[in-house]
Amino acid sequence: MSAEQALQYCLAGVTVGSIYAIVAIGFNIIYNTTGIINFAQGEFVVLGAMTAISLHTVTPLPLAVAGAVAITAAAGGLIGAGLTRAVKRPTVLRLIIVTIGLSIVLRAAVLHIWDEKVRALPFFTGTEVSSVGFFGARITPQALWVLGICAVTVAGLTLFFRHTLTGRAMRACAANRTAAGLCGIPVGRMVTLSFTLSAAIGALAGCAISPVTQTQYDMGAPLAIKGFTVAILGGMGNSLAAVAAGLLLGVLESFSICIFPLAYQHAVSIAVLLAVLVFRPSGLFGSRDVSALKEH
Amino acid sequence: MEGRRYIPIVLLLLAAVGVQLTLSACDAAYYLTQLTMSLYYAIVAVGLSLLMGYAGQVSLGHAGFFAIGGYTAAVLATRNLAVEPGAMARALGAMGLLLQREDLYGQTIVYLSPWVSLAAAILLTSAVACVIGVPVIRLKGHYLAMATLGFGLIVYYTVLGAPGLGEADGFSDVPGFRLAGPLEVNGRSAFRVQNFYIACVLAAGVMALGGNLVRSRMGRALRAVHEGEEAAQSLGIHVARAKFGVFLLSALIAAVAGFFLTHYNGGIGPSEATALKSVRYLAIVAVGGMANLWGTLIMGVGLNFLSLRGAFGSFDDAVFGVILIAVMVLAPEGVFRRLPWPFRRKGGDDAAAA
Amino acid sequence: MPPLLEVRGLNRRFGGLHAVRDLEFDVEEGRIQALIGPNGAGKSTVFNMIAGALSPDGGDILYRGARITGRAAHAVAAMGIARTFQTTRLFPQMTVLENVQVGRHIRSSAGFLAGLFHPPWSWREEREIRRSAMETLEKLGLAALAGTTAGTLSFGQQRLAEFARALAMEPNLLLLDEPAAGLNMHETAALATLLTRIREWGITILIVEHDMSLVMDISDHIVVLNQGAKLREGRPAEIQRDPEVIRIYLGDDHA
Repeated sequence: MSAEQALQYCLAGVTVGSIYAIVAIGFNIIYNTTGIINFAQGEFVVLGAMTAISLHTVTPLPLAVAGAVAITAAAGGLIGAGLTRAVKRPTVLRLIIVTIGLSIVLRAAVLHIWDEKVRALPFFTGTEVSSVGFFGARITPQALWVLGICAVTVAGLTLFFRHTLTGRAMRACAANRTAAGLCGIPVGRMVTLSFTLSAAIGALAGCAISPVTQTQYDMGAPLAIKGFTVAILGGMGNSLAAVAAGLLLGVLESFSICIFPLAYQHAVSIAVLLAVLVFRPSGLFGSRDVSALKEH
Repeated sequence: MEGRRYIPIVLLLLAAVGVQLTLSACDAAYYLTQLTMSLYYAIVAVGLSLLMGYAGQVSLGHAGFFAIGGYTAAVLATRNLAVEPGAMARALGAMGLLLQREDLYGQTIVYLSPWVSLAAAILLTSAVACVIGVPVIRLKGHYLAMATLGFGLIVYYTVLGAPGLGEADGFSDVPGFRLAGPLEVNGRSAFRVQNFYIACVLAAGVMALGGNLVRSRMGRALRAVHEGEEAAQSLGIHVARAKFGVFLLSALIAAVAGFFLTHYNGGIGPSEATALKSVRYLAIVAVGGMANLWGTLIMGVGLNFLSLRGAFGSFDDAVFGVILIAVMVLAPEGVFRRLPWPFRRKGGDDAAAA
Repeated sequence: MPPLLEVRGLNRRFGGLHAVRDLEFDVEEGRIQALIGPNGAGKSTVFNMIAGALSPDGGDILYRGARITGRAAHAVAAMGIARTFQTTRLFPQMTVLENVQVGRHIRSSAGFLAGLFHPPWSWREEREIRRSAMETLEKLGLAALAGTTAGTLSFGQQRLAEFARALAMEPNLLLLDEPAAGLNMHETAALATLLTRIREWGITILIVEHDMSLVMDISDHIVVLNQGAKLREGRPAEIQRDPEVIRIYLGDDHA
């Protein structure tokens, strides 16, 4: 493999990897406030992209993306609000089962509202051919968009969680939900907010990646499991580490084509997941003690 | 006294006779085909109920074990050993473990006796269950769910991607499985009635063994592990071993059901290994009442039968998603809280709660 | 004959905190021995290390002269060391009888295969498990509650049922983690009677307890911990008079 080729694989990996990172952050936001792993996380990505594609037939692209993010966020908020109210005596097993059910229902909804066809948003700017040279490799303008959106999302969320009252309240829920409730933080509303927020960034990721990988109704599950892999790899709840882990997994997956047939590309990521779960469930960057406290 | 526990099993077999006679009398014997398939799927769910309902360990990878059983059956029954027979094939032939049939074009195919491939399926499943189960079963909650989901997906991508496993098409020319004399696991209509009974007897066997297990010392230990690992440990229960034992058992039940159904259907494809199939088994266990083998069996047969009859139309998968949500929201203890005496669970527990 | 339990040079750190340091004591067979000390003295840490729930950083624990240091909790239990928990941990969805039957686990042997196929020898074992579980319940006056779901019992009944479950193991050593916590005076008195009865059945007891009057009442021997190390040990009367113990521990109440 030439250096240019290797770089090209790297760039492809980094692009997809930043989407995994955003999905992982979506997992983290909900996990932090509720302790739930939302198995329907990948469906938000598909729902967002599909909505944007439909809106784009009547509105300009920026409006379509904004609309899709808003609609998906609303759907996420509704789910979050419904979930904690509807499930009585919520145990881990029950919540897992409910979010699995949700992911299947959402997937079926996407299949029925749209269909099984592969669709795509157009490039945000430029076209397939307007790639820019980068040390001998080509990088498409959309890849730059994806990276930019990932960076802005992470920066925005970091600021939100560190410097706004609501963000701090959500972090308080993460640290100790009972105590947060006693301090007068409306825990129920924080749960709804976390679902809204994580659906919104999922939808944004879906729109950004759609021109690159295209969108189909059944893409949610693989995205969810890879996003989860990244979340675990980075150590549950740690968003900055999730970005690093996302890029790592994206690049790894990209290079795996050199060794394994394309058909096993997904399997490689999943093998990484199993290896991390078994050998280092606290993630690459986390300490074992912390993860021991978080397991339940 | 000890025989009393088998009364429901006898009732199950009597009910099977009743169903068969009624359907045959009404000239609707074709329903038996879907009932037979539903029974095999229900058996997988019953095995999962032991793992999930009693021991409290979630698995989203049981379609993977089903597929391992089914694909072993398909691969070994369709490989023609007449072409370049190796030393191994000759040795098997000398032991009388090879069978012959003619394919569609009149070519003679020499293939391994399904009894041998059943043994192979059991060994392979055990080996896979050990490799995956020993480390994974120590994980808890979400982590276990994701790990088993990952395992199932790896099986799916493997059968989808491997040329030797038929890729997207799977296998379609798997012969029947001659059990004894005229008894044969075979989907052709001439074998329809006896295959319904074969599936019923297999289901009855699994119910009997499962029923025995949950009332036994190990059964109580599994429920104890479910309800409090630390307390269970303090009473001398080897928690990891107990969990792994029931994981292996339920994996084997899934693989054997997959093995039989593949011979019955005459083939298997990657769709049997999807995560959606695993979720179906999960939904059946949930709606059957989690720690409730009879509820799981009844729901497994009923829902799969409706699905195979096309009753859910294009909402086939969505129905199972809705079931999962509805059960957790409306009746997390399952819909079979009050069963008549012979089917009632011992001790009145609802181990599904924790 | 060596003592039933020997603790030798036991150490355990949590980060910077040296929770247990160079601890040594014996538990003689047939005694009720108490482990006391102010909050944070390391009693629970020691307790959990003996029960196998926590592994020590250094030192040894010997049971009947054999090392059990760092063994898993289930292995410790299988040697005949039973324990109860500070907050009772019954299996809430199982009946009281089933809970106690699980207590017979180490005294029976039917595994997965026997469970599945239910051979005649396992019928006998199963009957024996049931009979001896009922017997234990009768001994503790719980027979009437055998069929009750454990989670619905009152607090005091739950504690008693957990005792029954531990006693069903026929242990040689019973470890009790604050058994009087949350009990009223009447119940505590009943507990004291029960503990002396258990000693009469030949079971050695190591008890971690806050209730001083209970400890002084029933113990044969007391070990006082302070800041992870042993401060004193001796008979209740000696401990009660010891000025050092009064200063660090009883000081608040009695000085």
